[in-house]
Amino acid sequence: MTRKTKSNLQVLGMYLFIGVVFVFISYPLLWTLGLSLNPGTSLYGSTMFPENWSFVHYKWLFFDPSSDYLLWYKNTLIVATITSICSVIVVSLIAYAFSRYKFIGRKNGIYTFLLLQMFPVLMAMVALYLLLNLVNLLDTLTGLILIYIGGAIPLNVFLVKGYFDTLPRELDESAKIDGAGHFRIFFTIMLPLAKPILAVVALFNFMTPFMDFILPSIILRSPENFTLALGLFNFINEQFGNNFTRFAAGAILIAIPIATVFLYLQRYLISGLTSGATKG
Amino acid sequence: MAKQTHNPKVAVTLSLVPGLGQLYNRHYLKGATFLLLTISFILFFYQFLNIGYWGLLTLGEIPRLDDSRVLLAQGIISLIITGFAITFHVLNLLDAYKEAVKFQQGVRPDSLRKRFRAGWNKSFPYILIGPGLFLLIFVVIFPLLYMVSIAFTDYNLYNSPPKNLLNWVGFENFISLVTVPIWRSTFFSVFLWTVIWTLVATTLQIALALILAIFVNDPRIKFKKFIRTVLILPWAVPAFVTILIFAALFNNDFGAINNDILGPLFNQAIPWMTDPFWSKIALIGIQVWVGFPFVFAIFTGILQSISKDWYEAADMDGASSWQKFKSITFPQVMFATAPILIMQYAGNFNNFNIIYLFNQGGPAVRGQNAGGTDILISWVYNLTFETQNYNMAAAISIIIGLIIAGFAFYQFRRTRSFKEEGEM
Repeated sequence: MTRKTKSNLQVLGMYLFIGVVFVFISYPLLWTLGLSLNPGTSLYGSTMFPENWSFVHYKWLFFDPSSDYLLWYKNTLIVATITSICSVIVVSLIAYAFSRYKFIGRKNGIYTFLLLQMFPVLMAMVALYLLLNLVNLLDTLTGLILIYIGGAIPLNVFLVKGYFDTLPRELDESAKIDGAGHFRIFFTIMLPLAKPILAVVALFNFMTPFMDFILPSIILRSPENFTLALGLFNFINEQFGNNFTRFAAGAILIAIPIATVFLYLQRYLISGLTSGATKG
Repeated sequence: MAKQTHNPKVAVTLSLVPGLGQLYNRHYLKGATFLLLTISFILFFYQFLNIGYWGLLTLGEIPRLDDSRVLLAQGIISLIITGFAITFHVLNLLDAYKEAVKFQQGVRPDSLRKRFRAGWNKSFPYILIGPGLFLLIFVVIFPLLYMVSIAFTDYNLYNSPPKNLLNWVGFENFISLVTVPIWRSTFFSVFLWTVIWTLVATTLQIALALILAIFVNDPRIKFKKFIRTVLILPWAVPAFVTILIFAALFNNDFGAINNDILGPLFNQAIPWMTDPFWSKIALIGIQVWVGFPFVFAIFTGILQSISKDWYEAADMDGASSWQKFKSITFPQVMFATAPILIMQYAGNFNNFNIIYLFNQGGPAVRGQNAGGTDILISWVYNLTFETQNYNMAAAISIIIGLIIAGFAFYQFRRTRSFKEEGEM
């Protein structure tokens, strides 16, 4: 066997392996797409390649008066946008303090919070429920947003601080000598340079409300406050098979925008994660 | 013009009432502000703290009127407030002492403007972290303390407020966990499966990611961008959607895996949902599907940053691909990503979503009060929200937390060791 044929065989093997993985990845996704185009509502009797395919479930989601899908979409967008913006602000401020200033608790503060964060959130839910009840924020989107922002702080601060640490300190020191104030250095020097990691933070926090259903299921009670994940879960929670095609249609409509944004930003995502996490 | 008569000790003693020491140091504005803050703190919080501490100690005295849960919450918030008050008080004492020493040595006090400026510079980082810290305390710290407290009470379905009062029971819950037969057998079997699940699912997910990352990074492979995009797809689709879809695919009766693949090809149907063994296999498979793209993305980033020179040098020495992988690629990738990989293990240890959404931790198993695929965290969920064994759930949560904290501690020590230069 010559070197050339050996190399060719290796390449063929790699393509084959990647091809098999492709099949495994696409099968469930295509199956869902196919199912969402079935005219019937139950899982039983639906097929991946329906003969008389139709968009009836998509239409139902949008136009049927008994469907709350658009309302849920609106709720989720509100929660996601506010959470994303507020977390970026709060997180970058804290990360800036941890990266550039001396203060009491700086050295161990962030690690303490990360450690605390490790304890299972689920058990915290009982306490959060009581707390929100105490301040009358139960069953409101505000309560949900506050918890998302607070919960996101430790991990994201860790990432952003790692990124800030890689920015040369000479930059802000020379600005300080030129008489720039604290906030000015922060807004005109640090923030623009940290765009990649801030994009990661914004994206992660934007997506959480689309993906999370445990927290909303505990905080939100009335259907008009539901987020998408919770609403969709309730579609099939009661009788698993019965609303499955409708669920599939709703799921496709969540997955497409998220996946698009995600793939579009993946370069930022990877560079932000690797530099923040390995150097942090 | 040193003033020997000015005594720092007097300043500290006076400062036991915040403000007086500062007045003694002739910082009139500061002293007045401190005094005012102290008075308003006492006026504002006295009642709250009083009830809080009483509640924390007794957990209420009259059933139906005193809600132990609320009292406990108020007690914990009182503790947090007290913690802050003590911190401020210590700072106030230190300030009184330092300023008094300066005064004694005759350092001329700075102008008000200068002092203002210094104060602004010094307090700036606190202003930055203030709002976030406030949120953190209420969203992370408070719930955690609450959970820890519940583990030491007798809060369960049969003894639940406001109808009954809670009592402190010490370590009783932890002891029952290892002595009462049903709890012990459940705890150990769930724990064993949690460990196996964590190790197998995460390792497979990392191995697949590593193989794919190396293959796609090979210079002979074309369409890299397209391949990477497809491989990242499972990460981009919301996990809860994927898991529910897999739950349908694996469904015993109508699932496509039994009906469209195993049925026609092998004429066989596997009880994915009702047999613990097959459920576990399915869960591991799904987790690998859901979890590998993230690791793949990280690995890809690292692989691209490994210097080409090393491979060229290895080629000159006539190294085989396997040798290159073993001595260059593998150690490089593992070293750079160790913290992320450890977090992957920790994440799967607590991967509630997949277990719960697939079949609620089922199927049921005789002789224990958790399902066949329940891991610790999903068991905690069941205990909390289905059977309302809050005390046991909290005790198990503490155990989970300690294990995970061990993981995390190990990781942070590692990360710290090679970032010394970044320290101030």
